[in-house]
Amino acid sequence: MSEAAVALHFNVDGEDFTSAGQASVQVKKSLRQLGIDSEIIRKVSIAMYEGEINMVIHAGGGEAHVLIYEDRIEIKLDDHGPGIANIEMAMQEGWSTAPDNIRSLGFGAGMGLPNMKRYTDDMKIDSVVGEGTHIVMTVNL
Amino acid sequence: MKIRQIKELLDAVVVCGDDSLEKHVYSACGSDMMSDVLAYVKDQAVLLTGLVNTQVVRTAEMMDMVCIVFVRSKEPTQEMISLAKENGMVLLKTNKRMYEACGKLYAGGLVGNKTAK
Repeated sequence: MSEAAVALHFNVDGEDFTSAGQASVQVKKSLRQLGIDSEIIRKVSIAMYEGEINMVIHAGGGEAHVLIYEDRIEIKLDDHGPGIANIEMAMQEGWSTAPDNIRSLGFGAGMGLPNMKRYTDDMKIDSVVGEGTHIVMTVNL
Repeated sequence: MKIRQIKELLDAVVVCGDDSLEKHVYSACGSDMMSDVLAYVKDQAVLLTGLVNTQVVRTAEMMDMVCIVFVRSKEPTQEMISLAKENGMVLLKTNKRMYEACGKLYAGGLVGNKTAK
């Protein structure tokens, strides 16, 4: 497999809901500077933003890697949160385990993972209850 | 529809972005759930919401939205205004409620949006 031309790394702070999304904003800026098509940029930034919000809501933060290859962009999200007990259920639109206080902030509608899948060409979830969740999303260029 | 027309139809006050009122918008989305907003995408859209926190502006930023209308007299915070300014976004506020605000824009010719993919 070829080396990534550009690799970005972010620590996602799990304490601060207000600043959630800053990594996605940064990715968006970087992709713009690289002259990537705006439709692709939107897909990548929305998928990453939902992932970032998920890490803040459910996992107390985590790490994000964005790798830009010649033919694709990969977004890797790693956390050490509670894990997802039932991935099939979690992928259903409207299914959520987010607490009410998160809903009052405009999230927790059970659209996060489905949206991440919607905007990417491939998504793999690897999750172990009590250990954490690793997600790899790919958007083809 | 121009942002100026939205302002007029909703008797809205411009919070920031006064110099961008001639910009056109082609679709709209009304919701207090940001993930529902993120599920729909179309160019140059306007977001109507009664939710007030920084993630509203960030959601609009991710979606490349050009204008946010705060309904039922909600006041955006200073932090939200700064974020909007950074992104060249127009913020409007109206005392109309969500249903009425959406209805007025729809009747005025600004129809909905499409699901991605």
